[in-house]
Amino acid sequence: MEEGLKKTPLNSVHKRLGAKLVGFAGWEMPLQFSGIIDEHLSVRSSAGVFDVSHMGRIEIRGEKAASLVQRLTTNDVAKMGNGQVHYSLLCYPDGGIVDDITVYKIEDDRFMLCANAVNKDKDFSWIRENNKEKADIIDTSDESCQLAVQGEKAEEVLQKLSDTKLSSLGYFCFGTVKIDGVEAIVSRTGYTGEDGFEIYFSHSKAEKIWDAVFEAGERFNIKPVGFGARDTLRIEMKYLLYGNDIDSKTTPLEAGVGWAVKLGKGDFIGKEVLLRQKEKGVTKKLIGFELIDRGIPRSGYPLYDKDVKVGTVTSGIMSPSLKKPVGMGYLDIGYSNIDTVFDVEIRGKRVKAKVVQTPFYKSRVKAGH
Amino acid sequence: MELPGDLKYTKEHEWARIEDGTAVIGITDHAQEELGDIVFVELPEAGSEVEQNQTFGTVESVKAVSDLYSPLSGEVVEVNGALQDEPELINSGPYEEGWLVTVKLSDEAEIDDLLSAEQYKAFVEEEKG
Repeated sequence: MEEGLKKTPLNSVHKRLGAKLVGFAGWEMPLQFSGIIDEHLSVRSSAGVFDVSHMGRIEIRGEKAASLVQRLTTNDVAKMGNGQVHYSLLCYPDGGIVDDITVYKIEDDRFMLCANAVNKDKDFSWIRENNKEKADIIDTSDESCQLAVQGEKAEEVLQKLSDTKLSSLGYFCFGTVKIDGVEAIVSRTGYTGEDGFEIYFSHSKAEKIWDAVFEAGERFNIKPVGFGARDTLRIEMKYLLYGNDIDSKTTPLEAGVGWAVKLGKGDFIGKEVLLRQKEKGVTKKLIGFELIDRGIPRSGYPLYDKDVKVGTVTSGIMSPSLKKPVGMGYLDIGYSNIDTVFDVEIRGKRVKAKVVQTPFYKSRVKAGH
Repeated sequence: MELPGDLKYTKEHEWARIEDGTAVIGITDHAQEELGDIVFVELPEAGSEVEQNQTFGTVESVKAVSDLYSPLSGEVVEVNGALQDEPELINSGPYEEGWLVTVKLSDEAEIDDLLSAEQYKAFVEEEKG
């Protein structure tokens, strides 16, 4: 195991459970416990728990906190009530993506941004460099813990540990509730396409809450889930992974998340370029595809139309739920319509594929809640 | 780590069950455990030639692609077709239902190059460091 990897408060628990550990974004994290496919299918049929404490949690507070968040992110915080969370992006002036995040509006003058682990320090510096509003920016990552409890049984499991009626928490809403007597922010959000929650609480309560969730979930055979399954689950939903599907050289419009870019709101970093791109149209688009012939598409594999390179795979797997090879990739705009057939080059061999509707797996989030 | 004593092994974590001039070939229990859930296998067709220490196919887990190296040279006479729809058989039965190919050997002297179960076990322990 690499030296100098950071450990979450649950690291000893992962080891005790026999997890296969890997380095990820500078952290020692579990790749799998019982097996990637087993964990994936458990989340889709019952419930699973992810330690995602490695992620960045940055609070922005002060009179002008909302202005700062509004000016640095693409989605519209003016439309948010307290207790609401939304998906958003931090962009560079050229429209490239700094990070994709979720933004929690705790109070009118207090926001929490949940950032990708690999970008936490970059995001923190970016926000500070651009803090014209002189808001307080606090990295609360080290003092807090974050778990995701996902699957159709997730609510039943957490309800056993809370006096607050969780069924009244709508999709992309959150509340400050007690889980096993511990104060926590609980949001109905996730990265799996199943109903579920993310819970944020003090790092000192990590093992207590983990054990409580597993005890409450025992009769549902709740399982610990590692990063291998985290990736297969999110790919089935065509959810983005920074570094694979988006980076500083892609815009939210190319990545298909234009719905999180509110060009009608006031000024924000990247707005001008994105407005122009919206008017002109994008030249490439992130699409979902499935292979027609045998093989597995993987990140970096080129896409061809005869001998012309027309794109690249950004993420790909053998889907455990659908039992077929699916992937995400950028295709030149002329090829991005549903049913377009093209070739994926898999280690020197051309394999046929076609653009399909996404998500690949039908979402089961409680969006109408 | 399961390690049948009647098989021969290689440093590429393959095994060979040799009988009457043919060898059934597969990957070891250690290999399947390191790989994790196997989701795809690419094998040569019956009738094709394989050469000792040359790649003859690939096995893919969720996270990685791994080349398969033939322990012995010869002609592929049988391929495990069940693996096309059920590659996970390699995980559940690496020495039985997860067998990969059967090869009619062209040079039985090559068998001397292979490792015994004890030698393979020592090699794996050394690799772990």
